[in-house]
Amino acid sequence: MEGRLQLVIATLTVISLAFVLELVRRRQLREKYALLWLAVGAVAVVLVAARPVLDRVSLFLGITYGPTTLFLFAILFLMAMVGHLSWEVSRLEGESRHLAEEIALLKARPPTNALAEEPAGSTD
Amino acid sequence: MVEGARLVLGAPVVVVDDGSTDATSDLARAAGATVLPLPFNLGVGGAIRTGIHYAVDNGYRYVLQLDGDGQHEPTEAKRLLEALDHDQADLVIGSRFASGYEVSRHRRAAMRVLSWVVSRRLRTRVTDTTSGFRAMGPRALELFAREYPLDYLSDTVEALLLAADAGLRVIEVDVVMHTRQGGRPSANRMSSAFHLSRLLLVIVLHSLRRRTPPA
Repeated sequence: MEGRLQLVIATLTVISLAFVLELVRRRQLREKYALLWLAVGAVAVVLVAARPVLDRVSLFLGITYGPTTLFLFAILFLMAMVGHLSWEVSRLEGESRHLAEEIALLKARPPTNALAEEPAGSTD
Repeated sequence: MVEGARLVLGAPVVVVDDGSTDATSDLARAAGATVLPLPFNLGVGGAIRTGIHYAVDNGYRYVLQLDGDGQHEPTEAKRLLEALDHDQADLVIGSRFASGYEVSRHRRAAMRVLSWVVSRRLRTRVTDTTSGFRAMGPRALELFAREYPLDYLSDTVEALLLAADAGLRVIEVDVVMHTRQGGRPSANRMSSAFHLSRLLLVIVLHSLRRRTPPA
């Protein structure tokens, strides 16, 4: 029973690792993220291969049921990841807004009305 | 609108086109304004920052900011500029309450709270903290070109706090305002309570933020 589950998880892990590598190969994923996900995959492999490791860590943390430890770390990791991504998105948004403003300044269109004087003064 | 501003103030007019899809841009240019076309909608804060940058880049020392929906009367704008000059203020806010501006009960309550908090911080009475009718002098321009808050409505409130931190002189002038000629009020879609809490958060965050020393 346990062996079959481990086989399934091992297969899934290998598939995800292959997927990450493929994305990096096509230059669709930055190396920093690739490294992160590869590390996650490596940890998963270790845990699958060595259940005792998980149990020992659980015992150390005072958790009686091994897999709970797995969930705990998985959730913590995902939270950290989402937090990091929000940070990145905020940064990117700030950058793209600056670019948009610069574009508007570069594309300034003069008045078509001949009577108009030199441009500039107030904003919308 | 543009013509009014141009004739009354005798100053060049810049219209920031925040990603509009109608003929706004062409009409404004035909009326004698320079148009700054933003590639996509940035919201009020972004539009104002763009306008301020334009003014600073082109060596202008005074900027009058007014909304494009016809709420702000160009003749009243003159009074803001006079106040800038006469009282040696760096930032003059046109308050809409003098003209019996009517808002919903909730919104008025929200504006009162904001007014109280901001007035305390600025040590001067500001009743209309979210007014988009403002005149800025050289010091205000220098500050806002460097940093201007971007989120909806917080641009107006937080800009006041930034000004206060930088030691700028802020005063409020009562002005007559019109009901808008076109477009929907941008605040009705979400509740006042939500905006109020967000703005109060902005104020709290602002006081926690590290002060950026003047360059």
